[in-house]
Formats: sequence, structure tokens, C-alpha cells
Amino acid sequence: MDKFIAVIDYGLGNLRSVSKTLEAVGARVKVTNSPEDIACACAIVLPGVGAFKRAMDNLTRLKVLPSIVRAINQGKPFLGICLGLQILFTESQEHGSNRGLDLIKGEVKKFGPGIKIPHMGWNSVRFKAQGAKHRIFDGIPEGSYFYFAHSYYVEPKDKDVIISTTGYGSEFTSAVNKDNIWGVQFHPEKSEKLGLKVLENFYSNVSPVRNCPKL
Amino acid sequence: MLAPLEIVLSYEQVFLFSDEARNKIKMKSESKFLTGLAKRVIVCLDVKAGRVVKGINFLNLKDAGDPMESASIYSREGADELVFLDITASVEKRRAILEVVAKTAEQVFVPLTVGGGIRNLQDIRILLKSGADKVSINTAAIENPSLIKEASKKFGSQCIVVAIDAKKIDAMHWQVFSYGGTKPTSKDALKWAKEAENLGAGEILLTSMDKDGTCDGYDLGLTRIIAEAVNIPVIASGGAGNLEHLYQALTKGKADAVLAASIFHYGEYTIKETKRYLKNKGLPVRT
Repeated sequence: MDKFIAVIDYGLGNLRSVSKTLEAVGARVKVTNSPEDIACACAIVLPGVGAFKRAMDNLTRLKVLPSIVRAINQGKPFLGICLGLQILFTESQEHGSNRGLDLIKGEVKKFGPGIKIPHMGWNSVRFKAQGAKHRIFDGIPEGSYFYFAHSYYVEPKDKDVIISTTGYGSEFTSAVNKDNIWGVQFHPEKSEKLGLKVLENFYSNVSPVRNCPKL
Repeated sequence: MLAPLEIVLSYEQVFLFSDEARNKIKMKSESKFLTGLAKRVIVCLDVKAGRVVKGINFLNLKDAGDPMESASIYSREGADELVFLDITASVEKRRAILEVVAKTAEQVFVPLTVGGGIRNLQDIRILLKSGADKVSINTAAIENPSLIKEASKKFGSQCIVVAIDAKKIDAMHWQVFSYGGTKPTSKDALKWAKEAENLGAGEILLTSMDKDGTCDGYDLGLTRIIAEAVNIPVIASGGAGNLEHLYQALTKGKADAVLAASIFHYGEYTIKETKRYLKNKGLPVRT
């Protein structure tokens, strides 16, 4: 096996859906929480639903954070989905204040009053970037619907990382890109054809890691 | 429907207008892409011992009893979500739903909710692990409300749906029933919905027992009173007979989503024409 995507298993989220969807677009997938696997993988996907603190606690307890950060610093493509996007940020307001990975500067905030929470269902995206930063949305029409299920949203300090926004009460960041880091607030694995297209676009950025030992 | 803005104005130009005019311009320019959260159309399939038990002979299926095949067709047609209601009575046969869920989650890429017979955290954990995105809890939540709290804390509110079966008493009151609508409880539907929200439910699946199976429309009074009282999404269920009923539940009933079974299973309407109907009436839907 010379080319596989590591889907991080940290006890939160629908891993089966994520891994099956990636397989459906042609990727080889390993659901794992072993630092060795993460070191060998040519790309990392961090799924996740639920609470921010629990996610950080689980990832810390499993001792996978250093290997994830190392993989990102090596330039491996990384995709965070929903909570997997949120923990890339500096801190979250969820249940007090909790530190995230701080790979992207900014905060995770709760949706304001006057709208139903969770933001649950299909909502449309408005594109904010072009060229390489837009790659994950290649072949997807502006205004396309994706499936969301969350109560908190990310607010990046550097607006240049925003590659799509979505309207719910106000306009919030629904996808980001910074170098090899990609993050989507929606669930591509639950967003039918266009969701598969997002994952396919991510997968097509993946290049095999040489010297990856046979599993 | 608002037409897309044809002339792009600079910020300074927009600034010269009144607040109202500016809002209109803002709405117009955003209307093309920022239509906001879509109203959902959810299809429910009754599953017994791993097989679909209602209708669906119109779908040109190889095996009309295979839940995965029906789910797959509905999702490709544009169903926003799917619900499997497990009506298996015997405990030993309940394992079948897990296989069905696992198989479906491998090939169907829209959210899947599973309900029916869920008793405790362990039941929820196994279903989510098998590939369900949400679970719908009814009787167990009534008998042990703290289950909602524990489950939402453990798995997240977004995957905990509280199903309420309600029967009308008068214009303002509906009584909650448990055990598939067979056992009356002392709970009032409105109060119970609020309590479920406070305990951490992420959604309410609200079924009118009076309307269920009648095909003469959702209970709009029930739907509205609860949809307005809680700050979580409400799915209207029970009574859909035509597309106007769906529209009414989403507008007058203020529901965030509509659930239907027979109008789709018996081939009266396809998901595509349902979406088109709602869209033509001005509702934001995913098409």
C-alpha cells in the first residue's frame, strides 16, 4: 500500500461514512489513531462531530496531535471536517474557552440569538477564492447546497483563508484553505454528489509518499 | 422571488441610500447565492427484521424489500434525509437493522436517522457506530428524560432527535403518547418539546396521531405551536397527502422539515417534482 489517506479515529463522529465516501471516489483509506500510520499516510482527514473540548481531550489522550501537526508541517494535504475544521483554530467559546491547535488564527463562536440552533440541514455556499485556493470546489457551481449540522462556526483573523461563506443569520465561514490545510464546516460525506466531488477534489491533490513502508 | 441584482453598486453609492433601500440592495445582491437554509424533505421507510414493509412497488426495484436499495434511489432523486423506522418487535431480530444501516451508510451519502426501540446509550452508540448519523428516541426519552441529556452530552445534540407522538385535546393542547402511540402519558406535547430541547435534543420529530395515515394534511396547529416555541429544528410528520400539504406545513406550520412516507412510496409524487413544487412556490429547497 503506497498511497493511503489516514482518517483519524478519536472516538467522535461518523468515521464509517467518511471512509466509505473517500473509498467511493477511489482513495485507499486507513481509519487509525496510530502516529506511525499518520507518519506514513499521504494525506490526513480529521472528521468529527460533537463537543470541541472532548475532541481536544481525546486527541491529546491518544497522543496523535504531534504526528498530525508534523504531517501538516511536512506539507501533507489535510482536510478537517466540521469539528475537525474547528479544532484547527486558536480557541473556541464552546463551554467556556478552550484552546485549539492554533494552526489557523481565529476563534470558534456560537451562532447568535434569533436563529434555530443547531444549524441543521442543507445550505448553499458562496465562493470567496480563485485558482489554487478554490481547487476543492472545482467543478461545483456557486450556490450549491451542502449538509451542515453544527452550533458553532469559525471566524478566521486572516480573511484570506476563507474560501467560501454561507448565510445563516449572518454570513459565516463555511470553508477555509491555508497552504496544504483545508477545512469545511459542512459534511461532504453527507452531501450526495457534490459532497463526493469535494472529496474527490481533495483526493486528487494527494500525492503518494515515497518510503512509506508496506502495511 | 427576487431577481439577481443587475447593476453592481460601489459601497459609497449604496451608502447614499436609506437603510431600507440598502437592505433591499443587499438582499438582492445576495439572493442569488445566499438563499439560506433549505427546507428539508425527508423520506421515512418502515423496516421490519431488516426488510422494508410498506409499499414502494413503483420504484422499479430489483428487491422492493431491500432498505438500502430504496434509500439509494431516494437519495439520488434528491431526498434531503432518510429515516429508517425499525418496527421489529422481537429483540433478537433487532440485530438486522444494524446490518441494514451499515450497508446503507456505505452507499447512501445523505444523512440517515434511525428510530424505533432505542432504549439506552448502548443502543445509540451501536447505531451511530454502524453508520447512522442521528437516532430518534421516543418512549425511552419519555420514561427516562435524562437519557436525552446523557446522549446529547456524549454524542452531541446534532445526532439526538426526540420523536413526539401527539394527539389533540383542544386548540392549544396535545397529549403525548408512548409505545408507538398506544400508551397515553401525562405529558403535554408543547411542554415536553421544550423540556427535550432543554435536555439537549438537537431536533424534534413531531407526529400528529390524529392526522397520521389520513392523507388530509399535517396538523398545522400542533406543528406551529411547537415550531415557534423551541429554538431547535422541528420536523412535521403525519398526514401528508399531497404537495400542498408539505408546503402548508413548511409555511403556516413553520416546520423546518417535512417527513412523508406513503406519498412517495406509492409513486404519487417523486422527490424531484416535490422539490420543484416547493421551489416554484418560493421556498428555499435543494434542487
